[in-house]
Amino acid sequence: MSIVLAPRPFWSLAVLHARFQFLETVRIPIAVIGNLLFPSLALLFFVIPQRSVADDPGIATAAIAQLGVFAVMSTCLFSFGVGVSEDRAMPFDPFLRTLPAGAGPRLVGRVLNGVLWSYLALVPLVLLGAFLTAATLTPAQALAAIAMVPAVAVPFLLLGLAIGYRLSSKAAIAVVQATLFPLAFAGGLFLPPEAFPGWLDTLSKFLPSRAARDLAVQAVTGYEAYAGALVVILAWTAVFAALAVTAYRRDEGRRFH
Amino acid sequence: MTTVVELEHVTRTFGAVTALDDVSLSVGEGQLVGLLGPNGAGKTTLLSLVSGLRRADSGTVRLFGGDPRDASSRIALGTTPQETGLPPTLTVGEVVDLVAGHYPAPMTRAEVLARFGLEDLSGRQTGGLSGGQKRRLAVALALVGRPRLVLLDEPTTGLDVEARHTLWEALRDYHADGATVLLTSHYLEEIEALAERVVVIGEGRVLADDTLSSVLGLVGLRRVIFAVPNGDGVDLARLPGAASAQQASDGRWTVLASDADRVVRALVEQAVPFEGLEVRGASLEEAFLTLTQKEEVVR
Repeated sequence: MSIVLAPRPFWSLAVLHARFQFLETVRIPIAVIGNLLFPSLALLFFVIPQRSVADDPGIATAAIAQLGVFAVMSTCLFSFGVGVSEDRAMPFDPFLRTLPAGAGPRLVGRVLNGVLWSYLALVPLVLLGAFLTAATLTPAQALAAIAMVPAVAVPFLLLGLAIGYRLSSKAAIAVVQATLFPLAFAGGLFLPPEAFPGWLDTLSKFLPSRAARDLAVQAVTGYEAYAGALVVILAWTAVFAALAVTAYRRDEGRRFH
Repeated sequence: MTTVVELEHVTRTFGAVTALDDVSLSVGEGQLVGLLGPNGAGKTTLLSLVSGLRRADSGTVRLFGGDPRDASSRIALGTTPQETGLPPTLTVGEVVDLVAGHYPAPMTRAEVLARFGLEDLSGRQTGGLSGGQKRRLAVALALVGRPRLVLLDEPTTGLDVEARHTLWEALRDYHADGATVLLTSHYLEEIEALAERVVVIGEGRVLADDTLSSVLGLVGLRRVIFAVPNGDGVDLARLPGAASAQQASDGRWTVLASDADRVVRALVEQAVPFEGLEVRGASLEEAFLTLTQKEEVVR
């Protein structure tokens, strides 16, 4: 028999899922506030009091950029790693999978939601930076920063998905924290890499967080990223994409209901 | 009649457990089919294959002629979430909108809420609903997209009598509009109230597939239990009204009877020296068990 009804367009389904995921996130304010606050607090306590950093336009802008990378990374790892594993544990998840929409629109909805929260997480950082430090951006650098956000977000959201589709929610929280903070520290998101001992600086250059940090700093200050940063981040993106896909495939049909 | 659901020689295992064992089943448009069977019989697995959640290990599953794992095959399918699984922070109206947004010609929010008496709860977060309200919302979500096939897994388990009857009424109304309904239950009462055709599933196999009245006859057996200490000499299974007879390890006989009165009368007439007579209704579980055993005898 023929079905004359056509499925809803991909993008309207993706926006539908993004909208309801946003609503669900925003109704648990502590999750939102934690995400928005931590990078700003770090800026307020560790950067702004050091006037030698805060009063130098280049260094201050770089400091805000590296905390911005942290904000995006933490939003992605939490909303994808912890969020996906929590959703998988909910009996509503298999129900959604019986609706006439494939995994694609829901995944894209999640990406839209993640990118939106990444932007929101940057708002307090940018405001603090503009009012309390000497950080400056030209209009071109501001545009570059806006474009950098999804580029930084993609590898970490793929890593988040790999964690979220493989682990239970309790394990996912632990793994996200154990991944996020070492990656952030060794990637120069809290202390600039110039303060690293030589061995750590060398190691750091192989990390996705360091590559993302240097590319973000380059976009907003013009300080050149180290050679190979782009290759490192693309390689990690490929690795995380492969991990995410295998985790998603393993997850299918493994659950009992 | 066009076929809405078609399973051909479908097998699905979970590790060492065979949930479905070479099941073939076909459901035509407009039918109201009850899947009856004890817990763990394979009913939920069958629904999960039809709704595209799982893949069969072997055999084919067709939904409106297509693979249920393709989203486009599910365009006219409605299923229920487990009522414990509604997103607690979303309101009733929002959950309805989320589901409705997946279908080309859904009911309006007001229409679907009115059908299930949920109008006053539209702005309430689902986490604050009672169990019965959640259950009504869950069934409402199955219908919001105006599906031509509705799958319902134990739709009224745990509801009080009044709420159960309200839901049955809503389902009968929807079926009367021409929809096909496939529901599972381990309550005979629910199947009796709704289904026209009944498929009995046990241990992953289809044990019976017939009209409601024939299946009721099959599972409406009674047990006549007694001991015959001083010799037998009577073929108890051939007593009038008896379906089968079995001797337990303690020596007591259990005769499954479609007509227990006739069996007892025959025992007396034939002067069978029975002792400790008990007559009781076979539970659904027991009735399923006898269906399973019969099947094995036939094999």
